[in-house]
Amino acid sequence: MREVAIVGVSMIKFGRYPDRDFSQLGAQASLEALKDAGVDMKQIEALYSGNLYSTSGSGQRILQQMGQTGIPVVNVANACATGSTAFREAYFAIASGAYDVVMAVGTEQMGKQGLLGSRGDPATSLEGRVGSYMMPAVFGMAGMEHARQYGTKQEHFALASVKNHFHSTENPLAQYQKESPLDEVMNSRAISYPNTLLMCCPTGDGAAAAVLCSMDKARQFTTQPIKIAASVLTSDPFTDRDLTLPDVNTLTRNAAQIAYQQAGIGPQDLSQVELHDCFATAELLHYENLGLCGDGEAGIHVASGAPWIGNKIPTKYQEDIAPLQDKTYKPKTTAVVNASGGLLSKGHPLGATGVANIAEIVFHLRGQAGGRQVEGSKVGLAHVIGLGSSCTINIVQK
Amino acid sequence: MAEATAAAPELRPLVPHLTLGATREEDYLNGSVCKNCGTKYVGPRLFCAKCSSSGPFDTVKLASTGELHVYTIIHQATPYVKAPYIAAIVDLDGGGSINTNIVGIEPTPENLQFGMRLKMFTEKVSEDNEGNSYVAYRFTPA
Repeated sequence: MREVAIVGVSMIKFGRYPDRDFSQLGAQASLEALKDAGVDMKQIEALYSGNLYSTSGSGQRILQQMGQTGIPVVNVANACATGSTAFREAYFAIASGAYDVVMAVGTEQMGKQGLLGSRGDPATSLEGRVGSYMMPAVFGMAGMEHARQYGTKQEHFALASVKNHFHSTENPLAQYQKESPLDEVMNSRAISYPNTLLMCCPTGDGAAAAVLCSMDKARQFTTQPIKIAASVLTSDPFTDRDLTLPDVNTLTRNAAQIAYQQAGIGPQDLSQVELHDCFATAELLHYENLGLCGDGEAGIHVASGAPWIGNKIPTKYQEDIAPLQDKTYKPKTTAVVNASGGLLSKGHPLGATGVANIAEIVFHLRGQAGGRQVEGSKVGLAHVIGLGSSCTINIVQK
Repeated sequence: MAEATAAAPELRPLVPHLTLGATREEDYLNGSVCKNCGTKYVGPRLFCAKCSSSGPFDTVKLASTGELHVYTIIHQATPYVKAPYIAAIVDLDGGGSINTNIVGIEPTPENLQFGMRLKMFTEKVSEDNEGNSYVAYRFTPA
């Protein structure tokens, strides 16, 4: 397998685009990634397209907007990990030696569809009658497993929203760029305990793209090629309750273990992480799943300031957060988590997410992240989990 | 051409892992046990996800009592369901974990303790356009 580099990335501002369709959003992101890479469409040898709701021919429809060169197109669907799975296929296409320059694009147009998973035939749907299968319920209960095991408080989960919304204020590409202090998060409308409205990511539309190239050819295009140090995909292994309550932890732990091994690094070496905070509860679970803190420490880890930009709690929030801190806690990692504002602020157009969080890390590695820049970022980890279940981890470095 | 005769309305379980008896008191949850590896599943199975065998499977009756593993309180529900309500995962006595609603108590975190004892009952929950009725199970504090 050869070394693979990212030579161009893009992400369009996530939000609502009622007057466009996903292929136009994807075409815009693709053209921006090509421009960023200094690569012409005629040099792209294959396209890997991630889209969950328009699976059939999503990539061809993008090319019909911006470049029908006749190249092979592979369309990918893998729940929330759709975009990152397309990226991984693009990675393998280069690593295997089959191609030298390819593109991965992730797109989605969700509109204002309400709660994911809430639809069904009113006569025969199980939803709300035999428990709940909506994403807010799944991640509410996943958080409650942590609360059961470690006594984690609702306030600790809420801090993930306080942090990510704070980070989002410096991300012009985020769907929302609004701060929310702890009391505002706690007092926002209840959705699915312990998650309130401000602890749930929004639905929306968006697109992101990346141009990948063999490392030996990367310097033709850029002076700052970004190395893909690990690209991992796992599915849910058999665990006791997985078929009843999807186990979002084990497959993430498995992916992390393989990714750290591939990259030859550990969690203490990470400058930053973009992880799958579809709900505030999920963010805390993944601190532990990715090894950013020990088991049971996620609540005090976020309260310690370690995963915040600058590795400290902003002065204005210190008084609110002090009661949730453990002064004896010494964080073992300093990776900033979700500098982009995370899915909680940036938005989560399903197929776009997995490419967008890789693009975000590339912006930081190049020093292009503006007011949210993680200073001196050298290596970042992008994590996505899709229910059903699939997990991707990509580690990228300077 | 013979006229299609309307089928008589039926009483149906909402899920395949609920077996209906002659009365609601006789309804029970069913499961399958893999004869190869012993894994107990909720509902019918053809193949084993753990040991990758085709069993065979013993069909078993699951317990109607168990304890609360975790819960959430749903405040924003799908349109035909009244909120707030408690959605939960219950670990059945003797094995098997299921999704269910917990009813009979106010849906607040103070009323719910991890590990609390629960028991099952069944009731009609819906009807389709052909007049068929659907029965679901729910849990209530024991």
